[in-house]
Amino acid sequence: MPESAFTRQAYGETLVELGRENPDIVVLDADLSRSTMTKLFAREFPDRFFDCGIAEQNMVSIAAGLAASGKIAFASTFAVFMPGRCFDQIRMSIAQPGLNVKLVASHGGISVGEDGFSHHAIEDLSLIGSLPGFTVIVPADAIETARAVRAAAENYGPFYIRLCRPKTPLVYSKDYRFNLGKAVTLREGGDACVVAIGLMVSAALEAAENLKSSGIECRVLNMPTIKPLDEAAIADAAAKTGAIVVAEEHLEHGGLGSAVARVIARRQPVPVEFIAIKDTYAKSGKPAELLEQYGLTAKDIEQAVRKVVKRKVG
Amino acid sequence: MPVSEVRKLISVTSAKKVNAEVFSSTASVAELEMLAKKVRRHIVSMIGKAGSGHPGGSLSAVEIVTALWFKVMRHKPQDPCWPDRDRFILSKGHAAPLLYAVLAECGYFPVEELLTLRQPDSRLQGHPDCTVTPGIEISAGALGQGLSFAVGVSLAGRLDGRGYGVYVLLGDGECDEGQVWEAAMAAAHFKLDNLVAVVDNNGQQIDGWNRDVMNLEPFNEKWAAFGWQVIEVEGHDFSQLLPALDRARLVKGQPTVVIAHTVKGKGVSFMENNPDFHGKAPDTEEVAIALRELQ
Repeated sequence: MPESAFTRQAYGETLVELGRENPDIVVLDADLSRSTMTKLFAREFPDRFFDCGIAEQNMVSIAAGLAASGKIAFASTFAVFMPGRCFDQIRMSIAQPGLNVKLVASHGGISVGEDGFSHHAIEDLSLIGSLPGFTVIVPADAIETARAVRAAAENYGPFYIRLCRPKTPLVYSKDYRFNLGKAVTLREGGDACVVAIGLMVSAALEAAENLKSSGIECRVLNMPTIKPLDEAAIADAAAKTGAIVVAEEHLEHGGLGSAVARVIARRQPVPVEFIAIKDTYAKSGKPAELLEQYGLTAKDIEQAVRKVVKRKVG
Repeated sequence: MPVSEVRKLISVTSAKKVNAEVFSSTASVAELEMLAKKVRRHIVSMIGKAGSGHPGGSLSAVEIVTALWFKVMRHKPQDPCWPDRDRFILSKGHAAPLLYAVLAECGYFPVEELLTLRQPDSRLQGHPDCTVTPGIEISAGALGQGLSFAVGVSLAGRLDGRGYGVYVLLGDGECDEGQVWEAAMAAAHFKLDNLVAVVDNNGQQIDGWNRDVMNLEPFNEKWAAFGWQVIEVEGHDFSQLLPALDRARLVKGQPTVVIAHTVKGKGVSFMENNPDFHGKAPDTEEVAIALRELQ
């Protein structure tokens, strides 16, 4: 088993580093700093940390005001309370003005677990991805999280970064270099390509390994930046492998799968299968149980790959 | 070009204008009253020409906005992004024609441009768009968000040790929005004495009188209970507005709200207290009558 780590811990630690380097970094939270891990920043920089209480919409608009005044404003809460609850505030005060606000949402997806559907963020990527001007990132592990948070601070404009609640297996080594807007080929293979984000990346790698014994060689593409999308990497994968599986911890509607399908349809039509939550809300349960129940495991990816390979023409 | 680039370009342009002068006006109260009439004529003409827009809530806040930009705030029309400027945040974005008219009279852009309101290529969009119009701090039009944004601007001013004031214009009907009260709570919690909210308390919203649509009373007590200094004035009287706005910045450790009692559609007989003119443009004949009344 590979080593595991919390993406949100990496976020908090990176905020502290950034805070030391740049006095313009400010951080906001909505009474969840102990979960989002912004508390690490709050402890070291109390003057630059603003707890807005349980008022997410207010927090988001305050972040915009700070950014409009020259600050690099990181605002955090659970993913389910970010684009959904604050959609209009984000649209009016961050997206359209193009302000330098970094929305970093922890507890994405259903791996939140036992808290149930009210705390499962399964629509957030669809919502935030619909807003012109946003860069949207879903890191695969704690190492990529640290790099992505730094990239957000270094690049002007609105960012959304989605983290998750549980520890996730490390996909990358410490020397990983994150390229904003670029896909990462984690494994080569000519029979199909799995495009994955977040905790589905390690599942995709596991699936690819398991498929080897059946003679199926699977490319695995991590797509940390889902907007703007690395269209060239998708078109190349489609051209070279002729079959695509998209894996995400999100509703099938409006997430990475929809975005990839748009590119495939326009540039390189090939069969595509989708590993995602199918138009439903999940129940309470342990993260692993839920991922299994809603079809988000390595085994599900394996089956989808077998299916998509069969659909290939010729 | 991405909007973020636009914003950066504006900042870059402003950085070069180090010699731009701070706006100052020697206008007396009588002269301000003449100016207010002129601003009202602009509003009526602009909305009449555009064929759509919100005259009622623009006309009610004319004295408030004129007083702020001509007498109270420190700003540089030739350098809209001057870091030490006092900020004006129009939370009730539908009063955009009023803000445009006052900005033009201050010299932010040519007065002739006012008649391009709401046209496709105009810098004067139907509601404020901070990516295209000099002097607009933040895009607006969806109500209830400006005070929160202003809290962020006030916090930044304090962090940076800049002495600027942050002035927010709210509608009374806008205070139905829960976010206004989230912001009110936060502003008092953060002890933002550089923040001044002005409520254009014209008593009406689209569906009628506030008291019938959604009662706001006891309004002053609500603000006081949230920890604000409350000052009440007649909102069409410069001799009350100016000292109130000065006094607002003197209190330490708490934000101030100036509740300005106004009349919706003020200055045009058939628009006064007439909710029909909340969001309806006057026709050609009505424009002519209004302009005569505003001579």
